[in-house]
Amino acid sequence: MRKSIGIILAALVMATLTVGAAGAAETLKIGAILSVTGPASFLGAPEAKTLEMLVAETNKKGGILGRKVELIVKDSGASPEKAFSFAKQLIEENKVFAIIGPSTSGETMKIKSVAEEGKTILMSCAAAEVIVNPVAKYVFKTPQRDRDAVIKIFQQMKKMKITRIGVLSSNTGFGNAGKAQIEKLAPAYGILILANEVYDKAASDLTAEVTKIKAANVQGIINWSIEPAQAIVIKNARQIGIKVPIFQSHGFGNIKYVQAAGAAAEGVLFPAGRLLVADVLPKNHPQKAVLVKYKKDYESRYKEEASTFGGHAYDAFIILEKGIEKANSTDKAAVRSAIEQLKGVVGTGGTFYFSPSDHNGLNVDAFEMLTVSKGKFAILKQK
Amino acid sequence: MLPIVWGKEPKLEFFFQYLVAGITYGTIYAIVAIGFNIIYNATGIINFAQGEFVMLGGMTAVTLNQFLPLPLAILGAVVITMIVGAVIEIVFIRWLHKPSVLRMVIITIGISILIRETALHIWGESVRALPYFTGSSTSSINLGGVYISSQILWVVGVGALAVAALSGFFNLTMLGRQMRACSANRDAARLCGIDAGNMVTLSFVLSAAIGAIGGAVVCPITYVQYDSGTPLAIKGFTVAILGGLGNSTAAVGAGMILGILESFSIWVLPTAYKEAISIAILLLILFVKPSGLFGSAEAARLKEF
Repeated sequence: MRKSIGIILAALVMATLTVGAAGAAETLKIGAILSVTGPASFLGAPEAKTLEMLVAETNKKGGILGRKVELIVKDSGASPEKAFSFAKQLIEENKVFAIIGPSTSGETMKIKSVAEEGKTILMSCAAAEVIVNPVAKYVFKTPQRDRDAVIKIFQQMKKMKITRIGVLSSNTGFGNAGKAQIEKLAPAYGILILANEVYDKAASDLTAEVTKIKAANVQGIINWSIEPAQAIVIKNARQIGIKVPIFQSHGFGNIKYVQAAGAAAEGVLFPAGRLLVADVLPKNHPQKAVLVKYKKDYESRYKEEASTFGGHAYDAFIILEKGIEKANSTDKAAVRSAIEQLKGVVGTGGTFYFSPSDHNGLNVDAFEMLTVSKGKFAILKQK
Repeated sequence: MLPIVWGKEPKLEFFFQYLVAGITYGTIYAIVAIGFNIIYNATGIINFAQGEFVMLGGMTAVTLNQFLPLPLAILGAVVITMIVGAVIEIVFIRWLHKPSVLRMVIITIGISILIRETALHIWGESVRALPYFTGSSTSSINLGGVYISSQILWVVGVGALAVAALSGFFNLTMLGRQMRACSANRDAARLCGIDAGNMVTLSFVLSAAIGAIGGAVVCPITYVQYDSGTPLAIKGFTVAILGGLGNSTAAVGAGMILGILESFSIWVLPTAYKEAISIAILLLILFVKPSGLFGSAEAARLKEF
């Protein structure tokens, strides 16, 4: 509530300023629907902060194609229903040029058709494969695909000779989408799912759920969720004496969960973008410069650690900017097809190669297999 | 005595592991439910901000623990939450003259939103936890293949102590008796010279205290963030209804029943049904025995709803 009031005030101030500045080039309105508060706030809050930072930076340089950018942030609190009405409002009332977000897969799926019908570019910051498959003309997404995350995990399992696994997921868009990909891809990697359980996203203790996994006698566990539950799972599993490796989704890339889980987080394996290990990347890595700059800018401005999730918003913004520059116009349809032609855009999530059939532009190489060692993220050393 | 497990060999150790999980859930629910009952007894209203007291206890304890030893941090958190409880009652509730039930529901829901947003402002949206009181987040006690986290023993122990202390307070002390007199008949209590207004404030203070203690002991297990009070309040409310509103001992029994049922439901059904089970139980009770499992129908009729 507090933040939305702040945003409304900010929007009002901006509106008055815009009127005051009549005569100058019209501003380029970019909407953002993000879960700034609520259960997915760890996604939305850094995303909103990142956008504010980028917009300030862009406007200082003179904007995009000489037009100042006006950012309108709507806090959906991870509610698909709110995201839906905000999307309508941004497209029909605010007449925005593009929408960045939403932060979660469930919300994005809810507004995919709204963006498509409103012919407004949607740059989703959510992970699920279904957002870009099947392709919708105006819908793009910047986080790595959950499909690729699953492949990365299965490749790792193959190396570790794990074939019998248990799967846990939360009953959210993210959890369901990950679960579906795991079920679909497992046979191709010779992996057998012996237990497959879904839990409530607000779960506060998961001892019974992990007991069921333990009873199935598996060699490895995959947990797919973005809520605090992902830290609770590993703790409960270790408490009841489960010793097998635990894999998490790319949603685990937030150091706060590692701190909350304490000793239980040690040795957890998860695929993630390279932001978390930016400092230890080799100097010649193509993403090194972008990652280090984003991390430094964000951390010096907000005095908190940068996360991969803020990076998704960063990528969404620069891709939009590059698309507009390439199209050399602010015509929605022209920019949309220009984005499809973008190749080799280096972002925080990887190097993007878009095409008319690929609206994500990343592949499995965008992921690095990470682990937790002494309370910190580290690149997994392959034996 | 083993439940039927389709297609799987039932194993005794797993039976007890589910039982332990159920008792953990049950104790957490019961602590929240007791907070509901204290205020209900004194005022006849349901305080929907009860979950927020739990959250405040956890959050404040985590913050204080940065520069105070754990026991002092928890004590400090309990005192601060008690003050919050008192302030809430004095500012929002005290001056109302015979408010309707609906009005009270709306006021307490409003208070819960207010506390949540204030917490968001103070602490931000990140998840926090106290360290385990003994051992660590991976250690547990192994009893013949059944693993029990030491924190669960803390939760159960503190929960039991709180119930015993409360029942002693209500039955043995003058102040406790005065509070019960107010709940039985406020006008008659007033005629006997009991300050009914202060008793209501006291009930908010007590229920804030029990909420904060609960919040501090469960937060190593469940974690705490600004909005973690609401789901707990829903479960606690279910348990309070299940046991019979106003009856704290019954709340413990009802908490155990719900917790254990939820836990065993996971054994035989897909885990996704766990939440459905607790809601189904709540509905069933409301239809069949609205006074709760342990409540008497007569007593329930005398209350406002």
